[in-house]
Amino acid sequence: MLMPPMFELRDVYFEYDGIPALHGLSVQIAEGESVALLGANGSGKSTLLRILDALYFPSHGQVSFSGRPLTPEALHQEEFALSFRRRVALVFQNPDVQLFNPTVFDEVAFGPLQMQWSKEEVLSRVGATMALMGITHLRDRPPYRLSGGEKKRVALASVIVLDPDVLLLDEPTSTLDPRSQSQVIDLIQEWKGSSKTVITATHQLEIVDDIASRVLVLEEGRVGATGTAAEILANYELLLRANLVHAHRHSHGTITHTHPHLHSHSKHEH
Amino acid sequence: MARGGFLASTMIGFTRALARAMASEQIARQAGLLQSLDPRVRVIGLFTMVLAVMLSRRIAVIGALFVVAVIIAILSRVGVLMLVKRVWLVVLGFTGVIAFPAIFLTPGDTVAAFAGGPVRITVQGVQTATLLIARVETAVTFTSLLVLCTPWTHVLKALRAFRLPQEAIMMLAMTHRYIFLLVETAGQMFESRQSRTVGLLKGAEGRRITARSAGVLLSKSIELGNEVYLAMQSRGFRGEIRILSDFHMRSWDYLGLAAFLFAGCLSAWIGR
Ligand SMILES: Nc1ncnc2c1ncn2[C@@H]1O[C@H](COP(=O)(O)OP(=O)(O)OP(=O)(O)O)[C@@H](O)[C@H]1O
Ligand SMILES: [Mg+2]
Repeated sequence: MLMPPMFELRDVYFEYDGIPALHGLSVQIAEGESVALLGANGSGKSTLLRILDALYFPSHGQVSFSGRPLTPEALHQEEFALSFRRRVALVFQNPDVQLFNPTVFDEVAFGPLQMQWSKEEVLSRVGATMALMGITHLRDRPPYRLSGGEKKRVALASVIVLDPDVLLLDEPTSTLDPRSQSQVIDLIQEWKGSSKTVITATHQLEIVDDIASRVLVLEEGRVGATGTAAEILANYELLLRANLVHAHRHSHGTITHTHPHLHSHSKHEH
Repeated sequence: MARGGFLASTMIGFTRALARAMASEQIARQAGLLQSLDPRVRVIGLFTMVLAVMLSRRIAVIGALFVVAVIIAILSRVGVLMLVKRVWLVVLGFTGVIAFPAIFLTPGDTVAAFAGGPVRITVQGVQTATLLIARVETAVTFTSLLVLCTPWTHVLKALRAFRLPQEAIMMLAMTHRYIFLLVETAGQMFESRQSRTVGLLKGAEGRRITARSAGVLLSKSIELGNEVYLAMQSRGFRGEIRILSDFHMRSWDYLGLAAFLFAGCLSAWIGR
């Protein structure tokens, strides 16, 4: 029998109080894939990730996970909810939202405790994850007092401690300096290995190659284009249309010409 | 100084101070009197004290409760200087604004008259204002002690033990944990307003901007609360918070509980 895709979305609509965010979006994501969701500000990346994490449910259309429909009713069943929450993890765009515990240790232990793991298991898993993420020395610090890079690592640790099958990342590097950025990307890659599914929302073209083999370009709430990282990055027309690059106009004497300008580190913020 | 400017700069000071005060979860993890008690005892005990303050109508009783609060603070390693700067002065500023008109508006025996009669300070007016300020100061001190000495996940679990509805608990928890963030946001909002308008705001304009900022702040706090709730759900939270530490009532906790209830009931009775 053919394995159902990890995620399947069919004609999904979602709106915030009448303001449409997703507009007839359809996509399939297979197990073990690494996918980048590329799109300008407001194109619906965060909304899509929240739908994949079953935090939001579409107003129209279907979403399924491993062949099973993701509906509010399904998430009300304890058994399914716990297994879904363990298998699918989301790192939020804003770490101050994600980090709500008094210490880094409590933060990392939060997920395992909600899963009702035994005390010994919680302690050993949390310890191992903090070591993997290089945050053991931050153990007793309050998360909201950490630097941006440290916050991201704690946020990552707080979800991968559950050893999920799917990792959803919302702008994991957008506020980081280049060094922390590559650290975070290395951590994700090291953790991913071969079997994990990783879906990353970003508007930073320079990280796409490192984090994804397939790219979905979101435009106005639906998938505008899809292809390999190389194909998409080479398609200047598409990137321009999706507001991911901008044309710079220069004048050299009397000649005016336009050339592409790739968005680079540290120029963006939220 | 223009009134808008004054208001804004007071707000900046206030929000900065509160931000620092509320962010100090460090105190919650030190050894101290409140910290040694079961979180459920802390919640009931301090709530009883707040209730006693609210029920007392005698200034002497409220004064005594205030002293009790200060002693608890010292024994729980909450610096008195910090309370002065970050709680008492702030509350005085805010309550003062409300209490001040009462001095003039309450009918009673005139102490002094201005403007040829119609504007008068009355004994009853001064009493009303003093009582109001004393009450709020003392109640807020007890509340701050709970907030400062208890990690919010513990408050959450303690409240759950009293079978409070989930929504109420979530609201309280978010307020408790995120007050500092909101307050910081408020501070930033006022600062950026301030730097754009350079103290040129006057009267009505200043009030309008303040009102609008308060509105923005409120919707921001609701949004933040929702977001945090989603983040908790995403990691498996389904209404029942689970934390590593189990709560156990030992004889020390029963003693503390009895002391709080006794002190609370006694002062409410004397102060009635
Ligand atoms: N809580 C909300 N309330 C109302 N509208 C919202 C809300 N969140 C997002 N939107 C709107 O939905 C649309 C999609 O937003 P979304 O956050 O998914 O975009 P995004 O691609 O993640 O953007 P960014 O790159 O800025 O993070 C936008 O038009 C946005 O204004
Ligand atoms: Mg986003």
